[in-house]
This record gives sequence, structure tokens and C-alpha cells, in this order.
Amino acid sequence: MAAPTQGTREFNPEVRGKIRFSDEALQTIEALMKRYPEGKHKSALLPVLHVAQAEADGWLSAEVMDYVAELMKISSIEVFEVASFYSMYNLKPVGKCVLEVCRTSSCWTRGAEDIVDYIGKKLNIREGETTPDGMFTLKTVECLGSCGSAPMLQCGAEYHENLTENRVDALLDRLRTEGKRKSYTDLDFQNTK
Amino acid sequence: MSRKLLLANDHIPGIQSYEVYRSNGGYRSVEKALKTMSPDDVVEEVKKSGLRGRGGAGFPTGMKWSFLAKPEGVPRYLVCNADESEPGTFKDRYLMEHIPHILVEGMITSSFALGANTSYIYIRGEYFYVARIVEKAIAEAYANGWLGKNILGTGFNHDMYVQVGGGAYICGEETALLESLEGKRGNPRIKPPFPAIAGLYGCPTVVNNVETIAAVVPIVNDGGDEYAKIGIGRSTGTKLISASGNINKPGVYEIELGVPVEEFIFSDQYCGGIANGKRMKACVPGGSSVPILPDYLVCKTAAGEDRLMTYESLSDGGFATGSMLGSGGFIVYDENQCIVRNTWNFSRFYHHESCGQCSPCREGTGWMERVLHRLEKGMGNMSDIDLLVEVAKKIEGNTICPLGDAAAWPVAAAVRHFRHEFEHHVLHPDKVKDPKHGHREPIMPVKPQPVTA
Amino acid sequence: MSLLKVTIDNKTIEVEPGTTILQAARMIGPDVAPPAMCYYTKLKTSGGYCRTCLVKVSKGSEKDPRPMPKLVASCRTTVMDGMEVENFTSPEVVDARNGVVEFLLLNHPLDCPICDQAGECHLQDLSYENGKSKTRNEFERRTFEKIDIGDKIQLHMTRCILCYRCVKVADQFTPERVHGVINRGEVSEISTYIQHAVDNDFSGNMIDVCPVGALTDKTFRFKSRVWFLKPVDAHRNCDKCSGKTVLWKYGQEIYRITGRKDQWGEVEEFICNTCRFDKKAPSDWTEEGPRKLSRHSVISQGQYGAKTKFVASPVTLPNKQLS
Repeated sequence: MAAPTQGTREFNPEVRGKIRFSDEALQTIEALMKRYPEGKHKSALLPVLHVAQAEADGWLSAEVMDYVAELMKISSIEVFEVASFYSMYNLKPVGKCVLEVCRTSSCWTRGAEDIVDYIGKKLNIREGETTPDGMFTLKTVECLGSCGSAPMLQCGAEYHENLTENRVDALLDRLRTEGKRKSYTDLDFQNTK
Repeated sequence: MSRKLLLANDHIPGIQSYEVYRSNGGYRSVEKALKTMSPDDVVEEVKKSGLRGRGGAGFPTGMKWSFLAKPEGVPRYLVCNADESEPGTFKDRYLMEHIPHILVEGMITSSFALGANTSYIYIRGEYFYVARIVEKAIAEAYANGWLGKNILGTGFNHDMYVQVGGGAYICGEETALLESLEGKRGNPRIKPPFPAIAGLYGCPTVVNNVETIAAVVPIVNDGGDEYAKIGIGRSTGTKLISASGNINKPGVYEIELGVPVEEFIFSDQYCGGIANGKRMKACVPGGSSVPILPDYLVCKTAAGEDRLMTYESLSDGGFATGSMLGSGGFIVYDENQCIVRNTWNFSRFYHHESCGQCSPCREGTGWMERVLHRLEKGMGNMSDIDLLVEVAKKIEGNTICPLGDAAAWPVAAAVRHFRHEFEHHVLHPDKVKDPKHGHREPIMPVKPQPVTA
Repeated sequence: MSLLKVTIDNKTIEVEPGTTILQAARMIGPDVAPPAMCYYTKLKTSGGYCRTCLVKVSKGSEKDPRPMPKLVASCRTTVMDGMEVENFTSPEVVDARNGVVEFLLLNHPLDCPICDQAGECHLQDLSYENGKSKTRNEFERRTFEKIDIGDKIQLHMTRCILCYRCVKVADQFTPERVHGVINRGEVSEISTYIQHAVDNDFSGNMIDVCPVGALTDKTFRFKSRVWFLKPVDAHRNCDKCSGKTVLWKYGQEIYRITGRKDQWGEVEEFICNTCRFDKKAPSDWTEEGPRKLSRHSVISQGQYGAKTKFVASPVTLPNKQLS
């Protein structure tokens, strides 16, 4: 049993030190840090990492984590420790739409595995993989608190519940047509119940 | 018809918005508390109500509040635990999504009672869209003078913020939540000190579940005594139950504590019976962490009495024949479900979510998962079954936080009540290869026969 | 402030308020002191993680005599007046501790034959005292991708028990912590931030506090078994630390230098990297005399006694073969 390798263990000199977030993102980060008492701005790390991930193509590279550390005036290892602890931060590149299918008890009882198989076959990828066009990544995740509308999947901020093969088809079509990267921080989201 | 306190206005269109919420009696509790009551009066009402923590532990809320240290010149915090991650539980999401203002209102009233000028609502990261809804409600509350400086001219100041998590079940444990809120890894703290003495930033802090805080609204509006009239014994008031699994009508139900379990499962008012005309095989009444019950112990206790939806009745018989109300994550399994497979599923969850800080949980959860997986695949030995019980016992009670117990209990309970099904997996590997073997050949629980002398 | 009376395994002592059960037990003596793998007196907030020091509080205090409902970590539980504690006398405690040891060894590689820590490894001692002779784990053991944390310290993540001591040393005694615990659950690991070398004046103390062979002295790697060496107290004038160390010698040659460890295996004072790594000439030091070691230690078995039966030559192996 080997521990999963989390992301790169090397810096990319091409990118290092050259990352800049958009002004809007920088303002959001600034505002997030002000939510906490003076000197406690490290509290904003989790929400800031969500902003960073949305800015950086859906994943946190070593360079991005370094940049976040610099923005927040904390050490890089503090960022790395946190980013690698929580399951929502991707430390490896992902597709534009990450399909996170819930695999815990109620969803499982109501056919989550079949949904994973179906998506996998349809996109010709296995769990954890990304389609060659970089559009979709298929993941299974633990309980997303949608047990009453199982099976379900999350894509960015969106919850898609009571999944059937038809609903999956419609969703994938829609996402492909939109062609947009889906982030947790998206303000516009179309949940399907 | 059961009385509703939290979801009473759920049917009103637009109740998500401030205007509709307010015109239906919203924010009355803030007016009442701030203008006519002292903070201690509010605490007193909550004590009288008998309200118990709705996150799972069921600790009396009034008592928790009264433990809060109040040293001069040190800020106090109220933190709302909206990190709902217990498998089978989705009531907080429902409440925040549909009636976000009841949470904001409860937060203001509770903060007044505790003398907290800042509060945080820690929402699990996966509920990002819910966080947006709550943030909007907070903005509306600010715009209408319910938050900010000198609220209602009473001199009470309060600021409220939403913090989103990053995806970790463990952050539902209150000290892990505080660590996470401080921007760190969600490692539970070693207690004592308890958050009431040293919580967020080392300051006195109360951490309460979403539903608990929302319940403060009707308690202040109608009085603690009125609230305590609902329910049975020490289980007072109403409770949101998240019903899921193989039932006809999954969803969130607000029940008066004391409803018979049988009624809850089979009446059309609630779950509407088992889906597809199947038989019920088992039930997890309080979220994945609580012991699973076989069909014959769900609606009746071992003594043959009706089991009720109360803290006491669900735990009647201890772990030998009872379970817990927990967070109210009510999962029903039909005859086709495989308990070994489901227990492995739970075990995989705890293995995935263990923070890794203390050794029994870090090492034990993974070990149990692997043993269960082997059994589930029909590749286990008879000795594996006892090994599971043994490992569970070595984890239980020996860890820093309750995740260890939560990982151990479902496994121990599954073996306790469904041992023959585990044995079936060892004896008939060919029959269990297909993950859907339960659909062809249901294995029902075996009720132990009373020993006659 | 009046002293508090506490009874541990039927032995009573009076201690200052604020004393933990573990500290009180150590004051009574080794016969009642619980083992500790993660607690370290000189590191603030250490302890509570490994769960080897669990004890049973059979009487909470004189005022509230109720027993505590669960076993408690003695390193993080303070004494109350009249408290009664059961350690080795409680079968429940012994059983739980055996369980903890089994968990700690579950994924441990048991590569003691090639581990530089062997002979002074707390996990070895603990397993000897509480472990089973056979593992019940039939699954593949956990491995990690190897990472290099510099030319002074060797990291073997497979041996780590996640005691957090090294993280606390870095936090509390070095200018900036560049390593920490990453990932979650059973795949948590000690790591630096992207191939960063852990190198500052006091980083070497991470080796001394490591209870197992996860962090070892790279300059001493595969040079000798510790029990073939003779520990000698020595000092030098140092502008960074107290300069009080132990030289580990074979003949006149200094093989390695460590802090001075007390009977609980904790260093008396942290030493700087200059003393630890750069002063290996006998002329750098004023020797004080042989270091006294616990009679339990394997290192003391073959030393000092006139009865020393054999002297094996130091094992020197090329790094390539085993790394």
C-alpha cells in the first residue's frame, strides 16, 4: 500500500514567482482576511484557497501555494499542510468540470456505483481520471449531505440530485455546451433536484 | 399533525428572502430578547426549554451556554457548526437553503445571550452554494439593522461572518472546527480546556449546531416552558430528521420528539413505508456513527415496548439492543441490501475521514476497512469477524475525539446483529461475488431466540 | 498554593497544582510511569497523540470522587487533589496499551536490522514491553515516496509514528518551520514544502526528539550500531548553545554527537548544529566522563562493566546498498 503522491514535489521554474491573480480575486482575498480579528488573518486560509483554486485552473500547484503564502504573509508549509488535509483542494491538474459522485451509504444504496460506471463508460475514463480533452474529471467523494435525493453528484458549486442515466446525459451535454470551468466559488449555479 | 417550529413557514413562497421572512413574524425573537430581556433571561429560557444539542451528542444547550467563561476584556465567540457531514444527515442544508434567516435570527439572539459580539457560521465547503444563500441573508440582516453597531438602539453590537470549509468530516467535531476556522488543519484539540474556556483564538467560545441555534428562535418567542411541553421526558421540542435510504418519501421531516418509530417509517405523513413493497431489513436511526438496528429492534425495544423517536427510547437497551438519536440521520435499508457491504462502505468513510492525529484511529480505521473489504469480496476468514470486533474495541474510547468511537460503533453493531451475514460471506464466497447478491437472495436478520431454562 | 495528593498504582505523592499525571508518575519513579511516545517535557503542547500513556482515573478527586468515564492521556491530564490513578495495575489500561502498540506497529516496517535507531528506539522498547510477537496485519504495509530533507538529517517516513515532536521543535526552537505534517489520516506524512532542506542552527534536535528511526543523523548513517559506541559526556564553549553534549566514541574516534538524554529519553538541553555535526575532532571537546545510561538500555549492556565479553568491530556499510 503506497501513500498517494500528492501533487508535484518540484517547482516549475517557468512559473515560479510569476503567478498573479486577477484584481477581482485579490480584492476578494483582501476582504476575506478582514473578516477576522487583527493578527488572525490566517483564518481566511481555507476560503482564500478556494479563490486561488478557482483562479488557477482548478488546482493548487506548488507555485500557487507559494503565491498564496506570500499574499497572506504566512509560510508556504502552512499552506501546504492545510491544502493537503482537505479533500476539496486539488493538488494535481483536473478537468474543467470535476464530477464528484457521492459514494457513501444512502447514495450507494440507491445506485451511486451504477452512476459512476455509467459516467465512466460514457466518458471512457476511470475514477480519478480526466478526459483527454481536459473537459471532465471523474471522482468519487464521501457524503455530500444529499442523502434524501440520492444518488447525486457535485460539479463546482452545483448539486445534481436524484440522478438517472438520462439526467447524467443531459447534464454532461449541458456542461459540454457551456464549455466553462466549474468552480466551487461560482456565483451562478444551476442545481438540479 | 405534528407541530412545526422550525419549518412552520417552509411552505410560504419566497420565505428565503428577508421581506417574506420578516412579514411572517421573523426577527421577533431578536426584538424580544434585546428589548425586553437580559442575556441571562435568554439563557434561562433555553435552560427551561430542555433543548439538547441537535448535532448528535444531545448535550443540554442551556447548560453548555452556562459553562461559558466570562473574563473581563476578553471577546467571546459564538460559532455555528454547519459542517454537516455525518452520512445520512442533510437537515441543516435544508434549513439553511430554505429558511436561511431563521439561522441568522437565532445567531443574533444566541449571541446576545452569550455576550458575543462576533459570530461565525462554519459551513462545509461542499455546501458552497448554501453559503452564498446564508451570506445573502446576512447581508439583508445588516441592511435592515439586525446586525452591525447598536442593534435596535440597544447598544448591542454584532458582526456575523460565514466561513467555508475545505472538505473534512472531522471539522464537525467542535475543536477541529475551531482549528479549521483558524486556518489550520482540522485536527481535534486535546480537551481540556474546553471551548467554553479556551476556544476560538483561545477565547471563550460556544459551538452549536445549525438546528440548535434555529430552535432558540421559537424558544425565545414562545418561552422555554412552552417548548418543553412538546416531546417526552428529557427529549423536548421538535427535531429535524433526515430520512433516506430505501423508503418511499426520503426528505427532511420536522417531528415532535416522541413520535413512534413505526409511525415515522410507515405513515404517509413521513417516510411512507419501504420503497417498492420490500421488507425493511435494518435501520440506522441517527447518522452513520450510531449502531445499526436489525428489523426486529427498530420499531420495538428488546423489552417489546414501542420504540419512540426520542433520545432515551432510541438508546433503550444500550448498545446491546439499542442505538442513538444522534444527528437524526435516519437511514432505512431494505431486504436487498448487504450489511457487510454497507458496513464496509461506512468503514471506508471513516478511514477516508480520519485526521491521522492519534494512532488508534489513524491505523485502526484503515485496518477495519481492509478487513471488511476482504470479507465483502468473499475472501475473508471466520477469524476476521472477531478481529473486527477486537479492533473496534481497541479504538473505541481510546482516541482524542469521538471519530474513533464513530468508526468503531457501526462495525461492532453490524457484527453483533448480523454475524450470520458475515459468516455467509466467508462460507459462500461464490454467492457474494456479485455486489448485488442481496437482490437475488435476501439475507434477513435472525432474531435470537430467548433461552428457556 | 497547597500541594495536591495523587495516588498512582497505590503509590502516593504530593505535587504542585498543574502537574500532569505523567509528570507525577515520573516523580514517583519508573515503576509507575506510563510510557510516552509523543509527549516531551520541553516541547509545549506536545503529547496526547500516541495514546500509549493512557491511564485509568479510578477516583477523580477528593471533592468529586467519580471515576473518569474513559481512559485518559496521562500526559495531558492534570492532577486533582485526592486523585487515584491506575496504570500497570489496571488490566484495562494494559489491554488498551497493547492495542495502541499493535496500531503503532501495524504499518511500521520493522526494519530494525538496518535502522540506525535500533538500540535506542522507544518503539522497540515499547513493543518489547507491550507488543505481541506476531502481527495480525495481513495487508501490505504503507510506504511513502522518499524525499530528501538535506545533508544533515535522514527522513524515513515509513518508520514515523506521527508524534509531532519534530514539528514542535521546528516551531518552538528554530527561526522558521519549513517542514510539517501533510496529507490526512493514515497517509499523513512529515514533509518539507517541495524539496526544501531542513537546515538551521537547531534543526538537528529533531533527530534527538524523534522516538523512532524516522529522523536520524545522516552523518552517522550506517556507521555503527549505537551499542558498540561509548557515550561520553563532554562540553565546549559554544556561542549558540550550552555546548553540553554526549560524544559517541569508538576508540578515540567520535562517531556522532547528541544532546544529553535523561532517564526518560528526553534531552536535558537542546544543542546547536555546529556542536552536533561540525565538531567531530576529540580536540574540540573537554570530556567529563562516561554517560550513565538506564540499566534497561541495550547500550549499557556491553559497556563499562569489566565483564565485557566481546568487542565487535563497528559495522560500516556503503550507503548505496541499503538506501
